[in-house]
Amino acid sequence: MSTACEQAGSAMLHPELRVESDPDAIIRDGHRLDHAEGTSKPLRPAFEPQPRGAKVRGNRPIDQQEAAARFIAATEHEKMHDERLWDLRQKRDREMHGIPEWEELRSLASAIKEHTLTHLDEYLDQFEANARSNGIHVHWARDAAEHNQIVHGILRDHGATTLIKSKSMLTEECGFRHYMASVGIEVIETDLGERIQQLDNEDPSHVVVPAVHKLRTDVAEVFSRTIGTDPGNSDVHYLAEAQRKATRPLILNADAGMTGGNFVVAETGTFVVCTNEGNADLSGNVPKLHIASIGIEKIIPRLEHLAVLVRLLSRSALGSPMTQYTSHFRGPRTGGEMHVVLVDNGRSERLGLEEFWTSLKCIRCGACMNTCPVYRRSGGLSYGATYSGPIGLIIDPTFNARKYSNLPFASSLNGSCTNVCPVKINIHEQIYAWRRVLVNQHEVPLVKKAAMKAAGALLSRPAAYRAAIATADAALAHLPRFVIYNGLNAWGKHREVPHPPEQTFHNWYHANRGAKQ
Amino acid sequence: MRIGLFIPCYIDAVFPKVGIATLELLERFGHDVQYPRDQTCCGQPMANSGFDAECADTEALFVRNFSGFDYIVSPSGSCVHHVRDNFAIEQTDEVKEVCSRTFELVEFLHDIQKVDAFPWAKFPHRVGLHNSCGTLRRLKHALPSELHEPFFSKPIDLLSKVDGIEFVRPARPDECCGFGGTFSVFEEVVSTKMGYDKVSDHAQAGAEYIVSADSSCLMHQRGCAERIGVSMKFIHIAEILNGANA
Repeated sequence: MSTACEQAGSAMLHPELRVESDPDAIIRDGHRLDHAEGTSKPLRPAFEPQPRGAKVRGNRPIDQQEAAARFIAATEHEKMHDERLWDLRQKRDREMHGIPEWEELRSLASAIKEHTLTHLDEYLDQFEANARSNGIHVHWARDAAEHNQIVHGILRDHGATTLIKSKSMLTEECGFRHYMASVGIEVIETDLGERIQQLDNEDPSHVVVPAVHKLRTDVAEVFSRTIGTDPGNSDVHYLAEAQRKATRPLILNADAGMTGGNFVVAETGTFVVCTNEGNADLSGNVPKLHIASIGIEKIIPRLEHLAVLVRLLSRSALGSPMTQYTSHFRGPRTGGEMHVVLVDNGRSERLGLEEFWTSLKCIRCGACMNTCPVYRRSGGLSYGATYSGPIGLIIDPTFNARKYSNLPFASSLNGSCTNVCPVKINIHEQIYAWRRVLVNQHEVPLVKKAAMKAAGALLSRPAAYRAAIATADAALAHLPRFVIYNGLNAWGKHREVPHPPEQTFHNWYHANRGAKQ
Repeated sequence: MRIGLFIPCYIDAVFPKVGIATLELLERFGHDVQYPRDQTCCGQPMANSGFDAECADTEALFVRNFSGFDYIVSPSGSCVHHVRDNFAIEQTDEVKEVCSRTFELVEFLHDIQKVDAFPWAKFPHRVGLHNSCGTLRRLKHALPSELHEPFFSKPIDLLSKVDGIEFVRPARPDECCGFGGTFSVFEEVVSTKMGYDKVSDHAQAGAEYIVSADSSCLMHQRGCAERIGVSMKFIHIAEILNGANA
């Protein structure tokens, strides 16, 4: 276990939860504060630095637990993060209860997506033809590198050196900002949260609310460093206004704009972008050149299907009935140019995975993250991957099974993610299935395999098993060792071990019902 | 009715009282309850970690032990879920028969036995119900809060027939407590944090006891409560239904 975990131990409790027996009880002026004083919040909490995400070392497996332990040790951050996202989950529930046909909608949405995915080639061809007749240039990118080169080519053709863009997980997948920096093109994110992350040189931690892991004091620190705000002022209105003033001129003078696309409609050859800040509209409408990068799984057959999906998207994501802006892009403006880059980047391959292809139904609402008790306590950056939370656990290994081999184990398999998913992806079952796949691909530590093999051998031989746990005390000594491969050390670090009973049930039964059988 | 009593490994070794309460409760209803002596485990710890091959022999042993009973009943939701839904060994007729006849205790009492009274049971305490994720979202003991369907709760139906019991409602009634089998050690920091939050939530709601159909969750929660000094008692639903008066 790493040092971060050790450190997390004493600091894991938020001050409000600490009790008198805790060795870390608050002492002030030489005496121990009583309960009310000790647990009341100080007027200005001591500044807690933002915990950073997982350490990424090339292809080596990401240690999600190590990063999660550091996040939990930052109690102000963890508490805020958990409560903020749980609030979104509760708002989602309220919206759900306002729609009598909610479960029917989910089934419909799932069916629409499954149908489309099983006829993907036809609908993509249909979209391409209709989009071209709308005057849209359509490009196909096999992978991230091809995507970045295509976009770079378009920008080069127009002599563009500045690009404003709205939030897009696909461009994160493609490492787009890094690539653009390497070819000397300035990218300005227009989504507030994404802009904060860009200025902090950090990946988004959530697909919908990318800076949700940051306290306002963290944002004040980033802005003071990057756009010159007062480091002591963390008033949200002040910070938002300062950012607006700093970014607005960049937006108005940009050479080109980029958006993602939430939905692509085959029959109309159009695409739809949903935001709450109107920033996609700025990105798409201010410069004359608009490039939209869209994953091929975003396609739906007809506009009527959009009605089903749009009713679910924002309710699931933020618990609001509708995104503030649901913009249909139908073609270039007079004098302008519009390009759509349809990106595969592993999607076709994923479509061929029998147990995992339905993960392509995902509409990136983030509801699975908001409800996930592990995600809420770990922070999205602990996953060290583009996609975090439950959906990340089942998508990330398709990009790199070795690097993300630990992620499917970062789940209690509680199944809440599956129940909130608006397109009914069986997320927790896919997490379970990934564990088996990773074991079969030898991406799981040998020591774990050896322990599991020993456990299997013991548990399938009743006589040996009974001998091993002949007394209750021996049972306690042995049982966790084979039930949970790394034994009582991990169990007892932050919780007490079970109390040994006088005898096992097995022995009790023998003594009390021995005559039977 | 001939019932095979399945006592999972950790209940056998750590919570024998839960096994005894389950046995006595089933006997109260006049069943012929037998405990096959050669039983060990259902194989879930290995399967849960992705090791299907390593648990095949354990699953086969389970089937041999429990073949031929009218029902197999166990006081552990996650083990029953594994047997019924996740056995990876070849699905012979015998395997299918054993798996489909395996029930968790609450299901058995509610759906098969259709119990309408527990005249011997009295529990004058404030309890917070913890539905384990396995019983809630796989075995469908109750409606999870994520779904928009008519409310039902089998454990509350049963516990409501116990004299004097009073329920409290925690703020996040069906959030996972963080046990999660091997997750409890693989991600022990997150696991225990979830456990701290769970027991604190119940304590804040005023619970004297947390009651659950899964002793594994209770073992974890008890360890968490003791570590952070939350005063809370833990009891398996079988013990209350069998008349434990605490």
